[in-house]
Amino acid sequence: MNPVLEQTWRDPPGLWGTLCAIDHKTIGKRTIVTAFGFFLAAGILAALMRLQLARPENTLVGPDLYNQLFTTHGTAMMFLFAVPVMQGMAIYLVPLMVGARSVAFPRMNAFAYWVYLFGGLFLFVSLLFDIGPDAGWFSYVPLSGPQYTPGKRADVWAQMITFTELSGLLVAVVVIATVFKLRAPGLTLARLPLFVWAMLVTAFMILFAMPSVMLASTALILDRLVSTHFYNPAEGGDALLWQHLFWFFGHPEVYFIFIPGLAFMSSIIPTFSRRPIYGYPAIVLSLISTAFLSFGLWVHHMFATHIPDLGKSFFTAASMMIAIPTAIQIFCWITTMWKGRFDLRTPMLFVLAFFFILVLGGLTGLMVASVPLDLQLHDTYFVVAHLHYVLLGGAVFPLFGAWYYWFPKFTGRLMSERLGRWQFWLFFVGFNVAFYPMHHLGLQGMPRRVYTYPVDMGWGALNALSTAGAVMIAASVLVFIVNALGSRRGGALAGENPWGAGTLEWATASPPPPYNFERPPVVRARDPLWEPVNEPPAEPTQVVGLAERVREALVTTVVDALPSHRLAFPQPTVWPFISAIAVTVMFIGSIFTPWAIVWGGIPVAIAVTLWFWPKRRETMADLAVEKRP
Amino acid sequence: MPVQEILASAGPQAAHIEALWWVTLAICAVVFAGVLLAVAWALLRAPRGDPATPPDLSSLDKPERGTAFIVIAALALCTAGLIFLTVASYVTDRRLAALGAPEVQIELTAHRWWWEVRYQDAEPARMFTTANEMHIPVGKPVLVTLKADDVIHSFWVPNLAGKKDLIPGRVATLTMQADAPGSYRGQCAEFCGLQHAKMALVVFADPPEQYQAWAAAERKPALPPAGEQAEHGREVFVNGRCAMCHAIQGTSAGARTAPDLTHFASRATLAAGTVPNTVGHLAGWILDPHSIKPGVNMPANPLDPDELHALLAYLGGLR
Amino acid sequence: MKKGSEQIFGYKASRSARACCNRKIALTPLLWLVLVGGCEREQRQFEIPPPQAQFAKPLHAANERNAYALSQGKTLFRWFNCAGCHANGGGGMGPALMDDHWRYGNNPEDIYKTIMDGRPNGMPSFRGKLNEDQAWQLVAYVRSMSGWARKDAAPGRDDSLYPGEPENTRDTRN
Repeated sequence: MNPVLEQTWRDPPGLWGTLCAIDHKTIGKRTIVTAFGFFLAAGILAALMRLQLARPENTLVGPDLYNQLFTTHGTAMMFLFAVPVMQGMAIYLVPLMVGARSVAFPRMNAFAYWVYLFGGLFLFVSLLFDIGPDAGWFSYVPLSGPQYTPGKRADVWAQMITFTELSGLLVAVVVIATVFKLRAPGLTLARLPLFVWAMLVTAFMILFAMPSVMLASTALILDRLVSTHFYNPAEGGDALLWQHLFWFFGHPEVYFIFIPGLAFMSSIIPTFSRRPIYGYPAIVLSLISTAFLSFGLWVHHMFATHIPDLGKSFFTAASMMIAIPTAIQIFCWITTMWKGRFDLRTPMLFVLAFFFILVLGGLTGLMVASVPLDLQLHDTYFVVAHLHYVLLGGAVFPLFGAWYYWFPKFTGRLMSERLGRWQFWLFFVGFNVAFYPMHHLGLQGMPRRVYTYPVDMGWGALNALSTAGAVMIAASVLVFIVNALGSRRGGALAGENPWGAGTLEWATASPPPPYNFERPPVVRARDPLWEPVNEPPAEPTQVVGLAERVREALVTTVVDALPSHRLAFPQPTVWPFISAIAVTVMFIGSIFTPWAIVWGGIPVAIAVTLWFWPKRRETMADLAVEKRP
Repeated sequence: MPVQEILASAGPQAAHIEALWWVTLAICAVVFAGVLLAVAWALLRAPRGDPATPPDLSSLDKPERGTAFIVIAALALCTAGLIFLTVASYVTDRRLAALGAPEVQIELTAHRWWWEVRYQDAEPARMFTTANEMHIPVGKPVLVTLKADDVIHSFWVPNLAGKKDLIPGRVATLTMQADAPGSYRGQCAEFCGLQHAKMALVVFADPPEQYQAWAAAERKPALPPAGEQAEHGREVFVNGRCAMCHAIQGTSAGARTAPDLTHFASRATLAAGTVPNTVGHLAGWILDPHSIKPGVNMPANPLDPDELHALLAYLGGLR
Repeated sequence: MKKGSEQIFGYKASRSARACCNRKIALTPLLWLVLVGGCEREQRQFEIPPPQAQFAKPLHAANERNAYALSQGKTLFRWFNCAGCHANGGGGMGPALMDDHWRYGNNPEDIYKTIMDGRPNGMPSFRGKLNEDQAWQLVAYVRSMSGWARKDAAPGRDDSLYPGEPENTRDTRN
């Protein structure tokens, strides 16, 4: 630990420090923990739903509350857990993996976190006050329009979307800028870890897809608040316009969640097979082509509408085609495991679960990709099974694996292997018991989004079984929490590289110091820590000369990571937090009156101006280290 | 015949889809087994390691050509499978569009939370309206025109055909045919609000003569009340709350915002397929619909006992 | 217990206490007020159970702050063809309902009486044809037509051809 560097780069202590923090590791951890909190909350809602559905004609939960439950469950899981947690992992790990001292735009990163937190809290507090949205997480019009959802429920949903899409877009910008400009010298794009490639690709997708839902939700708020007619068929609008705009975002969104899951797979498998990944170029190209293809699938959510059949057929072909890049990656991973030396610890167990659960989900995806099959399976429990298999199998299981893998890096201690195994098996068995029967329920005709079902349909037994599985999943999450909390204080000390991995984040202490690397490395290979060091190297292996008393990092070129210039980074500041509060007031006010945008914009403008106003002391300190040519 | 099941097809549309299902399931099962076997083989075959094992970097120097061949071969097989599935999907699409010229035309309008079924005819005087129940002749194609009055709903009778959404402001069509006589339950399949869960309908496939008889009976106006109690019941209906929303052809009750009750007693279910059409259920429904379907637009109707019985007697005679 | 946790976690728990993440939930007072008001606006009361209907105090005051009641009232206004005489508030055979001129008073009880008992010059009586709940929903909606309902609860535009401004923007109160 270098005390001067530590003093320069750390966040201030105490409560004030909590509000001012801009260290990407702090923000990353906060995002992950907050997302996990929303996961728990949305999981409780799911447990209530499953308890209601365990018996036919059950009266535990009435239709109004049930509609709020499933809407909030879907909305929270998709917008407040799945996407942010992946962004949180990226924010924490990407700078470490590319050998940087910080993310690009650390203050904007902090602002994005606060906006996300406030938006998420806003949703759940609304649920507590009976203003929870109740038109589904996809909020189709005209059901969510002014006539059929009275009150402010749909407005709460639409504005929460605005919060999360603002946060998501800003973090995407941060990730892209960090990956392109802040890499260690020698870390060319061809040597970039696959985790970083996947997060980069995801960030680009977010950039292009989020504006679509922003447009859709803004038009919905305008319809409800100031009586525009975007979605009013009688006055020239169109109910189907909503579906196109929403699903143009909605389909790529599931890939925002899935591709980081692939990132985790590509990180854990090489380490636990003790060899570099097989087929690196193929995997990179697969990630990029998945991203492109995912923008061409959205109509497969609309196969039951009366869009012309020829048009729908195009989307069948595209939906089938996107299986190919995923298959490439799966084959490369299996080959890596086949030709390596197997280490079957907890992270690897979760990786193996992917091959069972995601592949099954992907295959049911091929089923619903076909228009005629989808005309039977759409909006039944078959699709509920499919989406949970791909989302949990493709993202959540790898995410838990990633948490076991990187927990030593985040906290300096290893998680318990024994509890990890317990958690894994409870989760794996519970998941399949909960969700596999739903395939059959769908085939037996049970539609989605129903708060109850008749006794004589014969769906009771499978529903009860599914609820039992849900209880097992809850138990497994409890075991995980016990493991995580207990290991934080009582786990075995991890050291720098407990797994013997090859990427750069393992080349610094656990947890990393505020400055990440005392001397950022110079990279000459794909898995830098595995590169054999035989003879003394001719070129430098570390970056020296960066200032220690001011926040300074090295900027390199985009493709070849040649050193370009030194950049001064900002100090911790409370203005991102205050700006986030101003933005929150503006957004929430705009649910009630359009004037909130005008009047609420004033505090936002003031806060952001004061945020960016240069501080004399900082500027003088940065100027003092400038070297004249 | 299992009701409301996708894999129990009773007509050509559902049968084509079921055939595609089995083909797809077979291919997917083979692929799934293949992937699991590959993973299991990798698990069993690879020697064990741990974090202290030095990583094997030999692949960085010499390319793994043999492996590349296997991976590419597997990929080619997958691609071939995907192309096959896509073509099979297109073939099924074309088969679904090949149903013959329809002999019965029905206009289905979805409301929150009931189905308005209007039988079309070239001669306007032969059109008639019913609700929540459809009768179709066995073995003849039926064209259903789909409209929605308020929000998006979806018409779905799994035994007979795939689903189609009913979208306000747009008109869609669906053709189907039942090849076996029987009753087939369908349910709304697009979330439409509070009582989406209880918006079912029943399709009866009758032999052609039986269908014609039914249609002929439906075309007639309501049967006159049989007896004094039923006459009192008609008075209660027409002069009270019922006529504000319901219609009975042949009386002065002509409102269209709730199901048409002209031949109510000949229907099998109440409240859009929620409960059987019996006197007990009907009494409960009239007195307090929200105990059966909370949130419906039909209000509670506090009636005196003799008014209620009179109304029940009248409605029971509307065959 | 300590030994067991050592076995599981592999190390003695360190003595230094770690402060949990200290996050302040930044609910401003304004936000709180807005949300508490939401309780009333968002309730969906489907009906007053019939046996109590005669004894229940009318909900008219609460109806005007309840979005569901106002929305139902607007639906009933359309279904029962009030527009046949009153148009969409501008009046025709019947008087305009969206201005500030009330022949028989605009208190909720007055409007209720108008609907249930009828009035001279052509307003029919709807007693026996409407439920209590339905009548009070209509009362609240009629008052909202001239801006008496709370703005955040008043209905927005319908999904239909609709001339003029929706109720949540009107205000012709006297």
